[in-house]
Amino acid sequence: MSEPLLSVRSVKSFYGHIMALRGVDLDVHQGEIVTLIGANGAGKSTLMMTIFGDPRAREGRIAFRGRDITHLPTHEIAQLRIAQSPEGRRIFPRMTVRENLQMGALASNEVHFQDDLERICAYFPLLKQRLDQRGGTLSGGEQQMLAIARALMSRPQLLLLDEPSLGLAPLVVKRIFDVIRALNMDGMTIFLVEQNAFHALRLAHRAYVMVNGTITMSGTGKELLARPEIKAAYLEGGRH
Amino acid sequence: MEYFVQQLINGITLGSIYGLIAIGYTMVFGIIGMVNFAHGDVFMLSAFIALILLLALTQMLGITPLALALFIVLILAMLLTSLWAWAIERLAYRPLRGSFRLAPLISAIGMSIFLSNLVQVTQGPRNKPVPEILNGVFTFGDPEGYTVTLSYKQILIVAVTAVLLAAFWYVVQRTSIGRAQRACEQDRKMAALLGVNVNRTISLTFVMGAALAAVAGLLFMIYYGVVHFNDGFVPGVKAFTAAVLGGIGSLPGAVLGGLLIGLIEVLWSGYFSNDYKDVATFSILVITLVFLPSGLLGRPEVEKV
Ligand SMILES: Nc1ncnc2c1ncn2[C@@H]1O[C@H](COP(=O)(O)OP(=O)(O)O)[C@@H](O)[C@H]1O
Ligand SMILES: [Mg+2]
Repeated sequence: MSEPLLSVRSVKSFYGHIMALRGVDLDVHQGEIVTLIGANGAGKSTLMMTIFGDPRAREGRIAFRGRDITHLPTHEIAQLRIAQSPEGRRIFPRMTVRENLQMGALASNEVHFQDDLERICAYFPLLKQRLDQRGGTLSGGEQQMLAIARALMSRPQLLLLDEPSLGLAPLVVKRIFDVIRALNMDGMTIFLVEQNAFHALRLAHRAYVMVNGTITMSGTGKELLARPEIKAAYLEGGRH
Repeated sequence: MEYFVQQLINGITLGSIYGLIAIGYTMVFGIIGMVNFAHGDVFMLSAFIALILLLALTQMLGITPLALALFIVLILAMLLTSLWAWAIERLAYRPLRGSFRLAPLISAIGMSIFLSNLVQVTQGPRNKPVPEILNGVFTFGDPEGYTVTLSYKQILIVAVTAVLLAAFWYVVQRTSIGRAQRACEQDRKMAALLGVNVNRTISLTFVMGAALAAVAGLLFMIYYGVVHFNDGFVPGVKAFTAAVLGGIGSLPGAVLGGLLIGLIEVLWSGYFSNDYKDVATFSILVITLVFLPSGLLGRPEVEKV
């Protein structure tokens, strides 16, 4: 198999003295949708942020396109065409939608701004009508779309999405998952963290399960969907 | 009526200076949530820098016309003062970021004492006179009765302030540098995730605040005709009051607050008593903090995400 786009090897990271990641191994290959599922507090968001160096991995190695990024400052990692829509969306509330997108375009060349805006708004037609509205006035679903769009503005090769469906109505969730699928069809590699395991496993090529800061299971989405222990732990309970 | 108009003119002039200083407080507070107690002393330092530059240019190098000399002084004073502010942030504040909350505040108080002592030791404890420049006035009204005077200095102060505030507003609102600053103010972690160099943006914020304080320092020195090593304290607290009154973190608030404090101070001493004018402004600080903690144009805490 070719070299992975993202590789995480024996990564440990800490909040103070508390170990949140206890040696994580994981790969994302070009063109894949890889999902990471796990209960609340398992360490999924910590992994997403550790990839960006905040908190920084104290042990192990993280490589993007073969380059060791374990010790790079966060803003330099962001400039390597790896983008994240983080947990909680983190839209700049007192900036307009356009300015939020301009912030996303920082790592790419702002010269492409208008082209990229058109291209990305094709996935999110709603945003197009909201360009001059403040981020803080958008609905939860619109904010999530903006967070993804903002991440896309940097022309990333790898898109990290942390719980994009959290707190959204079922119809909006479906819309978001449709967009994720469409993005992948168009060539985007996606690393998706989800508590909504059912949706995520159906969408993903491959999946990992995290428990207490370590990966306990991995396989294709279909394989994991069929496993009884996954059903018991994440599907029946998780879907409500 | 003429008397009132005269007070209005004086108040706006003074308020411009306070507004320029207040922006430094409000921006730094907005981006790292810290009251930079040394900012008033950076302002005082800049007045000395401007005075030394002015003397060097006009008396040693003999640069004329005066407008050219003043322009060079303005630019150099902005640069040198910014350099100081950059170094202060680098040495005294940045290492303490991520430490306990009061640490940078205490460091700032130390910096404030250091700067005023430094100027006292190197420039002497007495008032430093400023060469008489720009002494012309326009006089309006009935020559027999009350008149209103508008001095060249006042015109210079208001004009320079207006131009610089406009330029500054443009940078913050319309350029990618300003956008990065606002992003850091709203969510530093997210800004870093998007590729903003947060440390550099914070440095830049100190530098911009100091550059405006240097403009204020030059104007203050010209307006009052003397500078003193302790001049950072009272104007500093007044500008801080202006920032709080306008709503700390808000740029238009800092300017509005500055103008209001200038007007209140001048009207108070014009109509009541010159002795208590400082008490009047400090009372406003207390009243604002108690009854209107988010200020006139500030946003209430709840809106923060
Ligand atoms: N900023 C933080 N400081 C301290 N502990 C944290 C912080 N963020 C998360 N944690 C802890 O780290 C563990 C993993 O959290 P997180 O990565 O957010 O889990 P998940 O995203 O899987 O729900 C949890 O026990 C959580 O309480
Ligand atoms: Mg999480």
